[in-house]
Parts: sequence; structure tokens; C-alpha cells
Amino acid sequence: MEFAELIKTPRVDGVVLHRPFLPLVEGTLCLTGHHLILSSRQDNTEELWLLHADIDFIEKRFVGSSGTIIVKCKDLRIIQLDIPGMEECLNIASSIEALSTLDSVSLMYPFFYRPMFEVIEDGWNLFLPEESFKDLESMTDEWRLSEVNRDFSICPSYPPLVVVPKDTDDDTLLKVASFRHGGRFPVLSYYHKKNGMVMMRAGQPLIGPNGRRCKEDEKLINATLRAGKRGYIIDTRATAVAQQAKARGGGFEQEANYPQWRRIHKTIERYSVLQDSLIKLVEACNDQSHSMDRWLSKLEASNWLSHIKEILTTACLAAQCIDREGATVLVHGTEGTDSTLQVTSLAQILLDPSCRTIRGFQALVEREWLQAGHPFQHRCAQSAYSSGKLHGEAPIFLLFLDCTWQILRQFPCSFEFNENFLVLLFEHAYATQFGTFLGNSAAERATLKLPQKTVSLWSWVNRPQEMEGFVNPLYEPNSLVIWPSVAPQSLQLWEGVFLRWNRSSKCLDEAYEEMVHIIEYNKELQKKVNSLRRQLAQLETEGSPLHTP
Amino acid sequence: MHYPFYGWLQHVEQVRLLDRFSNKSTTGTLHLTATHLIFVESNSTSAQEIWILHHHIASVEKLSLTTSGCPLVIQCRNFRMVHFVVPRERDCHDVYSSLLRLLRPESYDELYAFSYNPKQNDRQREEGWQLIDLAAEFERMGVPCDQWQLTDVNRDYKVCETYPRDLYVPITASKPIIMGSSKFRSKGRFPVLTYFYQEKKAAVCRSSQPLSGFSARCLEDEHMLQAVSKANPNTRYIYVIDTRPKLNALANRAAGKGYENEDNYSNIRFQFVGIENIHVMRSSLQKLQEVVGTRALSVTDYLVGLENSGWLRHVKAIVDAAIFLTRAVTVEGASVLVHCSDGWDRTAQVCSLGSLLMDPYYRTIKGFMVLIEKDWISFGHKFADRCDQLDGDPKEVSPIFTQFLECVWQLTEQFPQAFQFSEWFLIQIHEHVHSCQFGNFLGNSQRQREELQVKEKTHSLWAHLLSGQQNYLNPLYCPSYGYTNPVLEPSTLPCHFKFWRNMYHQFDRPMHPRQSILKQALTLKENNRELESIAQNLLLTPIFLRVEACPPAPSVSLQKLQNRKEVDGDRTVEGGSATENGYGELPLSCGSKPEPAMVSLEFGVARMTC
Repeated sequence: MEFAELIKTPRVDGVVLHRPFLPLVEGTLCLTGHHLILSSRQDNTEELWLLHADIDFIEKRFVGSSGTIIVKCKDLRIIQLDIPGMEECLNIASSIEALSTLDSVSLMYPFFYRPMFEVIEDGWNLFLPEESFKDLESMTDEWRLSEVNRDFSICPSYPPLVVVPKDTDDDTLLKVASFRHGGRFPVLSYYHKKNGMVMMRAGQPLIGPNGRRCKEDEKLINATLRAGKRGYIIDTRATAVAQQAKARGGGFEQEANYPQWRRIHKTIERYSVLQDSLIKLVEACNDQSHSMDRWLSKLEASNWLSHIKEILTTACLAAQCIDREGATVLVHGTEGTDSTLQVTSLAQILLDPSCRTIRGFQALVEREWLQAGHPFQHRCAQSAYSSGKLHGEAPIFLLFLDCTWQILRQFPCSFEFNENFLVLLFEHAYATQFGTFLGNSAAERATLKLPQKTVSLWSWVNRPQEMEGFVNPLYEPNSLVIWPSVAPQSLQLWEGVFLRWNRSSKCLDEAYEEMVHIIEYNKELQKKVNSLRRQLAQLETEGSPLHTP
Repeated sequence: MHYPFYGWLQHVEQVRLLDRFSNKSTTGTLHLTATHLIFVESNSTSAQEIWILHHHIASVEKLSLTTSGCPLVIQCRNFRMVHFVVPRERDCHDVYSSLLRLLRPESYDELYAFSYNPKQNDRQREEGWQLIDLAAEFERMGVPCDQWQLTDVNRDYKVCETYPRDLYVPITASKPIIMGSSKFRSKGRFPVLTYFYQEKKAAVCRSSQPLSGFSARCLEDEHMLQAVSKANPNTRYIYVIDTRPKLNALANRAAGKGYENEDNYSNIRFQFVGIENIHVMRSSLQKLQEVVGTRALSVTDYLVGLENSGWLRHVKAIVDAAIFLTRAVTVEGASVLVHCSDGWDRTAQVCSLGSLLMDPYYRTIKGFMVLIEKDWISFGHKFADRCDQLDGDPKEVSPIFTQFLECVWQLTEQFPQAFQFSEWFLIQIHEHVHSCQFGNFLGNSQRQREELQVKEKTHSLWAHLLSGQQNYLNPLYCPSYGYTNPVLEPSTLPCHFKFWRNMYHQFDRPMHPRQSILKQALTLKENNRELESIAQNLLLTPIFLRVEACPPAPSVSLQKLQNRKEVDGDRTVEGGSATENGYGELPLSCGSKPEPAMVSLEFGVARMTC
């Protein structure tokens, strides 16, 4: 297919662009295969380059012979284009609609994008499971790297290499895989160096209505327990939901068969509910007309902060079991690809200081989201302005980033990265020139040959000149486990994402600059004082008589 | 602690203090002194101490006996909530009845301010009272001038006993006009100047409501407004802002009060802004406190409770009114008269907040003190009644001033570089408005304070705050911000108003961020100052001076450091300990000891617990 077929009108002059808090721009609108470009064609004004993939929804309005297109983006920005000529407007609108909803992944921009920078460190090779297993091996010999899924046949959503208890052979894994939703047998998610406790994740056990059991499954997870110790199974679903799952062939671990485990049910909502929550939240944030009461009631009705609280609470519980109780934890929901990953990844941020560094956070996203088979392509196909029938779209990853932001706010000196880094990941999960977030699983990424055909987001972001903008100037490594407050009074709306386009950030940006200035000045002064002291000491030892007049 | 020791009146051992939001508890001894209730934890390693000033206690409640003892719940005006369990009911009853006797003094001389003695001599005390000079403040605004003058009509508080002695009025407002107008206004509070916007010669005036009823008019009062209007050559009209909801103003008409009839007053633009009365505000904050005091609060209950309390709606209404005032003055260059019913609650809120938006001076530490002194203290905000200083009418109690402080806090959130002070300053002022430890806020009017001889017998809060001002500085403050942005234009979209956790949960530490950016930045700034002076001292050591010409390296840096130094030169730091100054990593080999000058910021926090 040629993009040209979809572009009915490639160019319109005299288009006016409206953006909140920015002056109007009048210029020429161009459509290319992947971008909507508006340029005033004057040297000093910036151009608008918008990826079609970033467009969530468009609205058309007509007044007389000219039309207006309101473009609602997946990063929640809303812009308005006034286009002279009814026909041009209609053509542009339908072209944008077609180009922003292309079905085929291989037509996406990352396959066409050629980096304008030299790739020094290829992000595709940065976080290989073999490498991280080496770190694990240096701490414990109780685990092994299994290749049972090397051709993705056992579990299509798992990577080729997974970490399992040493004494569990691949045959056992095969049997356990058939007992777990989507073949997602329990694998190691995190090893807590401090006390040797672990966190595992899996799909739900397929006990079904008749209470099927699987000895190998029991054996596998029991193998992770210390003698005489109990473990915790954290089921991210409410008890009733987990019960209902039995009727559909799923379910949860029965006490009788898992006597050494204590099961705790939490209530993290499923994806359709979360998508609905996002839509309502963004609608509330964008409606500038309401009174205080209406705002608060709409914020409440969106339930967004309730979801944040529930996810954070569950992650804190998992971390508490591991660090405070000294117990092993198994986390699962239904598929084990959504709420499970929110919990396991957030728990690691609390427990493991290395996850609070930039590299460590990238590794976490790579390990617990990309490799772990979170279906990014499905979940991020549409954002808050989606309408009509949804196909598994949900802000699962955005909720994880929001929870991370909440923790960052409470521990502003414990993270190497700043808020901008989290916003960046949000943007790129939804629309991007990089291949990192394409596809739904390691298997799909292998089929698409992403490492060969696209550029990794990490290749770009890890360049020193880009990194500068994402470093938290207040960072001081903190080796402790961090325990955030989950009281509603401690949670806040993430303004950097949800009010980003509805406020002027000038004052806040300048304040941030001042903060950076104070810190840099401090470093500079320390250096100076040190060097003066050295000089002084040197002069004293050299002896001053030489210099007396 | 620098509080005088009065000896224990009473003490009870083995008292348990229950955590407000978790199941944790600590055991300790409860002491009752003439001024404080003190809980000292028995655990010797942490030995937490809680000092509760009797004046801070809003209510004491003795709950029914449980198996573990007798619960005593104390609610404080600074939003502290403590829940003790006293083992024996008799002890509990004793403490309870002593507290009831102590916490609501019947006469002013029983207030803490009259016994508080911070080891200062009389001269220092007197100087403290001279720090804020309102005559100088009006001069700063450019008053008196060719249009505004000082009047002596209220020299002896004869015209209006709740106004200060010195009042500024238009030069064309003669004494008979003033007298007439004052008779036509509630409590005699006739229109007077509170802020003068020099750039446009526009005035912000304040008064109480006119006694217009359904048809009454008063030519002198009409003349008075005319005079205010004439004093401003820019516009031919003035705004009259009635800060009440229209319904309330209408109801007042039936009682012979009301609002200005536009037909009688020429060239006025009349506007209601709909801020609710003291009773609504009192119950609103009560509701808010109930909601956020709930254990295991869900997000839904929190947000629904926040909405139902109406608190943020009221805060927004006040900010909206202040913005309306500011635009009228700074954009249109029009003069404005602000009033409500008596003109000492909503009027004070709107006038002071408006001034803060218009004039960068009020966003400094000193300027903010002046602002409070002018619009709240001198113009007779009834602190004694509103803050329940004496055993008074509970219907007169209302968090009007707290609400003003919150409005200011909301602005500091939107403009992080515009204010010289941080929220700790606001919280500390709030603390002492209720502590009755200083004389500034005692009583209901200037006249009453003179009768009480507060300047002779008590200390001034402003001196106390200024001496510790390093604790209240906003590290991100940019002095030039006021030049580039003299007038603040805050957003009043509902989503930009936040719940002020650090005020309403100031004693619930687990709810606070575990690391504070504010504290970190303040520490760094202090550290920078230290380093600057160390570098300078090093360069002044004889050995360097002698070889000055030889090593080229330090001369450049000295210049730069000195330039910096001049900017911040007027700062003084005092007290503190060497371990806190963060020089541990620096080599101290050359034997020059850095001065231990850092003040721990915990100090600021710890103080609040007293």
C-alpha cells in the first residue's frame, strides 16, 4: 500500500493553528505518510510536527466555507486547525483519520525512521536476560535460566529465557504451563538481596469449576520457600472476581493444595474499567468551565486516584511481605500481564534502589513490562479520547508511571530521574519513532525483527545530551527500602500529564531551573573551597620565606 | 525549651498515646503545667515529647471507660489531634477537669502572652514592637499625597472604636462628611484607604455595609464615595465590591442594613462576589477536619468529603474576589470600595489578598507582616472572638484568618519564586495567632490592645519571627520576580486548588513526603553561603595575601564569590551545631575550622510542636 493513496490533499495554505498558551501560527499544512506538519515558513517560528500515530481522535466543524479540525492527541494535547475551504478540510480530516488508524504494525513510523544521531550504545542490547542472570548468579545459586520457551511455543507472551527454581526441570515447566493462564508458569521477578526472599509472577491457575490441581505447580512454587516458612500469594483480583473466574476455567490456588501459602486478594480493576477511568479523568481536566464542586465530583467519579491508591497499596503489601515478613511472594491476577506487572514492578521500585536509577528503571521497564509480555500494542492503541468499541485498550502502563510519580513526589531525592523521564515514557508508549514499545510480546517483536529494523528508545535517551533533561538534580543514592504513604491526602493528580496542556508551566519551569542552579552552584563552590585548601596546604609546606619581599 | 517552669500541677504515668491513623501507640508520662500539657515518652532512646499549649486546645473529650483505661481526646486549633488512654479513670477525670478549667481563661491577663518571658530585656522587647510601622507603610505607598490625607477624626476612637487611630481619607472628605458617613455604616466603619496603587493613583478602600435598608440614604455617605472617586483622576467611576452573596445582602436590608443603591450613588459599579459568612466557613472547616481525620479513608470518601465540606470552593471564591479587585485597580486603574457586613472578615480577606497580588512588597517576609498588621490587626479583625481566646460565644469563632493564610499558600504553589517566605512561615503565623504567646493578636481591636497594654506587657511575634527568619525563607525566591511580575495573575481553575496537607495534617508526619525539597534546597543555600565565606576567609589568610600576585587561579573565583556575597550580604545566621553543616566530606586538613553556623531545619519543625 502506498501512503499517497490515503493522502487526498497533501498541502493546504493559510491554515491557522491554535494551541493553548501559545500564540497562533498561520502557515502551510502538509501531510506525509507519518506526519502532520504545519510550518509558518518563517525562520524564527517553530514548526509543528505531529505523528499521525499520536492522533487519538479528530472532530470537524464548519462555519461558512471554512472548516476547523480539532485534533486530540494520545499525549492528551488538543490542538485546533482552521482550514480554509470545505473540501480541503474534509480531505485533510479523512486522510488524518486513515493515517492515524493504520492496522499494520510494519507501516508504523519506527520502520521508516532513520536516526539523525549516531547510535553509540545500542539500546536493543542493553538489557539482555543473560546479563541480568549473571548478577543473580553472583548472589544465589538457587535459580537457573531456562530455554524451555526458546521458540515461544510454551508461552507466547514470555521471552525465550526465563528464570525458574534450579531444581525444576523443563518437563515440569511444560506441565505447569498447561495449568497456568496463557502458559504463564511462575517465574522469578525479583530477588531481594537483603534477605534472599523472592517475588514471582504467573498467570492464574486453571483450576476450573471442578478444582483441578497440578502437583508440579505446587512443587514448583514450594521449591522457592525456605524450610518451615510460609509464602504469600497476592491475587490482584477481588475474592468474588477470582471465584467467578473458576467458572471460566480459571481460579486461584486452593488452600488445601497450597497449605504453605497464604492468599491475599486485592482489588485492582481490569482494563476496560481503567480505560473508562482515564477517559473520565481527562474529560474532567479539560473542562475548564466547571465549579469547584463539579471538578471535585468529576475527579472522584473518574476513580483514577482510587486506582492509584489500590495499585500502590498492593505493591506496598508485596514489598512488606518480602522485606518485613521475610516471606516469598507470588503475584498473579488473571492473565498476569497487567495488574500483576504493575504490582511486581512497583514493589521493586520500593525495595531495590537500583530501580530508582535511570538505567535501572529502563531495565525494570524492559524486564517487567516488555519482556514480561505486557501487550503494549493493544493497550496503547487508543488513549483518553477514544470512543466507540475498544479492543483491550487500557492505561495500565500509564497507571504504573503515575504510581512511580507519586513515589517520586514523596521521595524527591531518591530517584536519579525526574518527572520528565516518566512523561517521556508515557508519550513513547503511545506514539513514537522508536521500536521499543511496538508489538505485544517478545515473540511479536522477534517476528517483526524490531532490533534489526527499528531504533531503540534507549539508544536515543541514553545519549548524554538527551539524558541531561531527565536527571533529577536532587538525587542522592538511597540504599534503603522506601515506604510511601498511600493515604488519599498524600496522593495527587499528576499535573505534569493531566494538566500539562491546560496550564502555563512557565513559573514552575523557572522554579525548577533555580533549583538546578542552587545545586550546581553548590558543587562549584565545594570544588573551589577544596582547591583553595589544597593550594593553601601546598603553600604552607613549600614554606613562605621564598615569597617574602 | 525557653518556657518558664511553673512546676507540675499534675502528672500521670503509664499513659498511652494512640496514633491517629494507625494502630501504633506509645507509652509515657503526662504532665500538666500552668501553660502546657506535656507528654513525655518513656522510651529513653527516642523520648519523644509533645508540648500542647492550653490555648491551643479547642476541645477535650473524655470517652467512656475501656478495658485498657480511660480515653481522653484532645483536639487542637493547630490541627493536632491527640488520643490518650489514661489507666485509671480518676486520673483521667482529674486531668480532664483541670484542662477544662485551664484552657478557656476568663480574662485577658490569664493569657500566656502576659507571662511569657523569652529572656529579653525591655529595650529588646520595645524594639520588637517598633519593627512594624504603619505610618511608614502608607508613606511607602505614597500616602499622604495631593489626593489623600491623614485624618485625626478617630484619634480618640470616638468615631469608630474598631478602627485604628490613624486613618487615611480623600482630601475632599471633610469632617462632617466623615461623621455623617460613619453614622450610616455598621459599627461606624466608614470608607477609608487601605491600599494605594501609586502607578494609577487608584485606591483600595474598605468599610462596613451601609445602613440603607430598603430606602434610606445618606448624603454624606454618597459624598464620601464621590470623594473617593474624585481622588482618582483616571476613571470617572469606582467599583463597590460587596463580598457577600446577594441573598445575604438582601436579608440584611430587612434589618435596616444592606448595600449601596446604584441610583443614589453616582458613578459606582456595584458587584457582589459571593463569599459566605463566618458560620458557613466554620462549619466548612469542621466538615473538612472530620473527613480528613477519618481512619482508613478511601479516595472516594476523601474527594466526596472535600467537595461536601465546600472548603476549597470558599477558598476559590476569596481568590476570585481578590483577582476581581486587582484587575479593577491595575488594569482599569479604578478605585474600589470593598465591604461585607461589618467589614472585618471577608473585607480583610479580599483587601489583603488583593494587595498581595498587586504589590510584590507584601510577598516578602517583612511586607507580609506589614500586610497582616494593616489589614487584619489594625482594622479590627476580631482575633479574640474568631480564635476563641477567652471563653466566648462559640458562634463568633471562625477560621477566617486561617482561610486567608491558605489563599496565600495556594498562590505560593502557583508562583514558587514570587514569595520570600515558605509555607513554614504561614504555618508558624497560624500557630501563634492561636497560641496567645505574643501580644499582637490579643483582643478584638487596636483600642482593646491599648487598654490591655500589650506593647508594655507582652512581646511581639514579628520580632520573634524575624529573628528566626532563616527558617522561613523560600529558597527558590527570586527578588527580581517582583519587578518582572509586579502583579500576579493566578489561575482560578478548580483543578489548581489543592488540599493543604502540610497545614491540616502538620502533625501527622507519616502523611508527609519523606524527603522535603524545600528543606533540601534551604540546606543547600545555607551551605552555599557557608562555602562562600570559607572561600573568602581562605583567600584572606596571610599566606595567600603574601603570594597574591603569584598564583593566578583564585583571583577570578574570588571576584565572583564576592559579587555573590554582596547580594546576600545582609543575612545573619545564628546558633546550630557543627555536625549539621554538611562539611563532613570536605578535607579539613589545613586546620581552619568552619564556623558552626547552620541552623537545622528540624528546628523549624520542632518548634511547631511546642
